[in-house]
Amino acid sequence: MIRGLVALMGLLAGWEALVRATDVPHFILPGPLRVGAALIANFEFIMANAAVTLLEIVLGMAMGLLLGLSCALALAASRTARAWLLPLVVASQAIPVFAIAPLLVLWLGFGIASKVAAAALIVFFPVASAFYDGLARTNPGWLDLARTMGAAKSSTLLHLRLPAALPAFASGARVAAAIAPIGAVIGEWVGASAGLGFLMLQSNAQMRVDLMFAALTVLAAFALGLYALVDKAMALLVPWDPKRIDR
Amino acid sequence: MRTSQPLILRNARLTYADRVIFDGLDATFAVGRTTCLLGPSGVGKTTLLKALAGLADVGVPVEKRPVAWMAQDDLLCPWLDARANVTLGARLRGERPDDARAQALLERVGLGDRAAAKPETLSGGQRQRVALARTLYEEREIVLMDEPFSGLDAPTRWRLQDLAATLLAGRTVVLVTHDPREALRVGHDIRVLAGRPATLGPVLSPAGPPPRALDALDLLALESRLIAELAAAAA
Repeated sequence: MIRGLVALMGLLAGWEALVRATDVPHFILPGPLRVGAALIANFEFIMANAAVTLLEIVLGMAMGLLLGLSCALALAASRTARAWLLPLVVASQAIPVFAIAPLLVLWLGFGIASKVAAAALIVFFPVASAFYDGLARTNPGWLDLARTMGAAKSSTLLHLRLPAALPAFASGARVAAAIAPIGAVIGEWVGASAGLGFLMLQSNAQMRVDLMFAALTVLAAFALGLYALVDKAMALLVPWDPKRIDR
Repeated sequence: MRTSQPLILRNARLTYADRVIFDGLDATFAVGRTTCLLGPSGVGKTTLLKALAGLADVGVPVEKRPVAWMAQDDLLCPWLDARANVTLGARLRGERPDDARAQALLERVGLGDRAAAKPETLSGGQRQRVALARTLYEEREIVLMDEPFSGLDAPTRWRLQDLAATLLAGRTVVLVTHDPREALRVGHDIRVLAGRPATLGPVLSPAGPPPRALDALDLLALESRLIAELAAAAA
């Protein structure tokens, strides 16, 4: 953590030195001090937009997690669901969110709904696929044991396969936290009236590159915070996850 | 424990990648006794045991009888504490877990004070004791065990063999092992599965009730004989 901060400080100092040495115009590349000043000067404005984006990310993630979870469970529980749904799930990943974001805006409007949908879509696949993988790879020894114990298929799923797949779900949720902001920002780029993505696009058009960097900094901070939060939550949900024990 | 009929397997057949592992194999396991199935690896011991449990296909229908199963891997659920692991079967069958009985069983395997411990905090021997308690919780007259103590160090294995032989007395037990010493420690009867295709050797019944201490000369002689037999089969 401390080493990371020091590395970041070094990087920022190098950036500032580069900007001063080359005398590059600030509307091409502003130095970090200038970005910091823009962040302070426009703090309330940036935060108002950040609140919109954060809401989109959180709602999109919640929806994507819920969808991915139920889809994986349906796939694991029923052969029919596998036959009908699995091709659809794979296809959902073959279509880039970039490509359908304009449609989402057309159908759901300029408000937050289209961004929530974009974030949910981008989150859905890694969660569904990681969790389904976990459910499909139950230790065969457990399945043998459950059969000798006279367990019904549904109760084996509930009591053995589901908890055993939680570490896989946690991996999916961590990936989801890392990519949900991408979905929201793509949605804002296609058409929005508020949000950090919208603010970055506007600043870029007005050559306010310092403001654009300030918005980007806040977005990165939020994305990191969200990841840390989800990581913590997953460690609480799955305390036996070897990922955590290895740390 | 009411044990009515012996456990019988008739005309079992197993092939693996076009190779006949065994064919026309008949086996009868005596009621209320522990039979150790001894053999080199790859000879089909585990498949034979799984067939008895209804978990593997050996070409013939096997009479469905309730069994308790214990494997080399303790198969404890890392998200459940020791007591909840013991009552796993009840939870899987949708019954109400009998915590008092689980506690009593944990006390019998010497882990009464670790009932709330998670598996990751237990040693390998303790984990296998919990697995033994879980096997006993099932209250089945037939108990099938696949190399249950192979992953343990020698002193721990020794103690667990004593414990298992004592606690499983009176049940019909089939225990698969590659270790002649283990077979001599805990088996009323010993049968060697060897050859290609594999056949079952005659029933050997060492003197004295298990768990045997292995300090008698005739047991040591029998051990040498079994090792020689297994070595010949492996060559």
